[in-house]
Amino acid sequence: MTGDFPKEWQYRTPKTKLLIWAFWLCMVAGFVYCWQVMNEGTIWFFVQDAPKQAADIGSRMWPPKLSYVPELMIPLWDTLNMATLGTMLGVILAVPVAFLAARNTTPSTAILRPIALFIIVASRSINSLIWALLLVAILGPGILAGIIAIGFRSVGFVGKLLYEAIEETDVTQIEAIRATGASPTQVLNYAIVPQVMPAFWGITVFRWDINIRESAILGLVGAGGIGLKLQASLNILSWPQVATILLLILLTVVISEWVSAKVRTALI
Amino acid sequence: MTSYPTTWKRPPQIFKHRGWRIGLQLAVLVWFVLAIGTIDANWERIAAGMERGLRFVQGFLQPDFTSRWSDIYGGLIESLTMTFTSTIVGIAISVPIGIGAARNVAPRAVYYVCRGIIAVSRALQEVIVAIFFVAMFGFGPFAGFLTLSFATIGFIAKLLAEDIEDIDETQAEAIRATGASWWQLINYAVQPQVMPRLIGLSLYRFDINFRESAVIGIVGAGGIGATLNTAIDRYEYDSAGAILLIIIGIVLIAEYGSSYLRKFLQ
Repeated sequence: MTGDFPKEWQYRTPKTKLLIWAFWLCMVAGFVYCWQVMNEGTIWFFVQDAPKQAADIGSRMWPPKLSYVPELMIPLWDTLNMATLGTMLGVILAVPVAFLAARNTTPSTAILRPIALFIIVASRSINSLIWALLLVAILGPGILAGIIAIGFRSVGFVGKLLYEAIEETDVTQIEAIRATGASPTQVLNYAIVPQVMPAFWGITVFRWDINIRESAILGLVGAGGIGLKLQASLNILSWPQVATILLLILLTVVISEWVSAKVRTALI
Repeated sequence: MTSYPTTWKRPPQIFKHRGWRIGLQLAVLVWFVLAIGTIDANWERIAAGMERGLRFVQGFLQPDFTSRWSDIYGGLIESLTMTFTSTIVGIAISVPIGIGAARNVAPRAVYYVCRGIIAVSRALQEVIVAIFFVAMFGFGPFAGFLTLSFATIGFIAKLLAEDIEDIDETQAEAIRATGASWWQLINYAVQPQVMPRLIGLSLYRFDINFRESAVIGIVGAGGIGATLNTAIDRYEYDSAGAILLIIIGIVLIAEYGSSYLRKFLQ
């Protein structure tokens, strides 16, 4: 009788232990394999040399060229406009997509919902830098390409979070409005919109904050703003200017994050 | 009979004074006009580009996977290996930093150091970090690997630290009451509570790293981004469309796979 039972209690069965062990083995083997494939073309001399290079670049960057700052004010203004107008464009496009994608408000689950979901996934998987790359080729360099790139990338983000917020709305409130004999548009207007409004503003401000970071580098592919100056300074190897631009971007990002955190706590 | 109003309007919530509301709206309007004014759209250039745009849409609808397949395949393998290794290394580094950045388990001095590391990693854009790593380590996926690992630290460590700060303190107290050391506390009280979320975050970060790996290639850090950049520069929109569709497809698989895996693990 007693011989069949283990003497010590163990948290996992032998089978799960074996599975977990096999999982770790696969991870380690996969890591080693990937590491080898990845580093086939790596020149290890450059890697060994990196600390020296870093020290060299660092010494060239310091001190930052502060007299360059006034020249950066107009590109900075462009960057901020690009982020804000892009966010507006993205939100305008995202709201209908979100309502089509939410299970409880979509007019047709069979056709429109999958299309809306595909738009959201496509927009989310393609970074704004890639959108900018395409749009600069199509529209020509400038802030317009940047605005549209930011807008297209924001559609997926805002659309996804907004449609999840719409799906999480309280059903009882919708039922109460419907019980008064409200039409579908009135239900939307009085039951769903007030419930998602705080989420909507929170998401918008959050995305605006992210867009400020992203718009700062869009200039690298020619979409205007402070990134253009960064690219120009990198091309002429003017490291003090690069340092100045990076400090300015960092400052802008910190301020925008602070603003967005303040606004979000005020709204929610 | 008194006539009831048929519509209702919610009273203003944040700016209660009428002057403030009008002033704010005017300010926004003035900014909007100024901002629109800075867009220097060159309509001739846009009209000329429309034909290119049309070709791109065509390329997207009829993608060409075959003629540049070896380049696409090479870029894809670089991107995927880069994503895998950098996610693992990034998580391995960010777990101790995340524990150090949790106020309830770390000493004050360690807390500030770890929060500092997280702030630096989060403040720097991946592309900017990639530019520097490419300058230091040379072109290729190794620089991309370092960039993505660096970016992973800020993301995972911050969310892990917040999760550890939110754990159920009673369980930690129960373990502490048995006379457990700090390591035992982490192992028996903290780790079981945060493990499901850490797995979820890791899968999510894998997804993000793949997407980012498509971008940092543009500045020379290897991966599919370099192939995409070349395809667009050469106006081969059908190949570019194929690459974009592959990226979307892999992100879709990663997203659905990770949500399935998370459900399976919980």
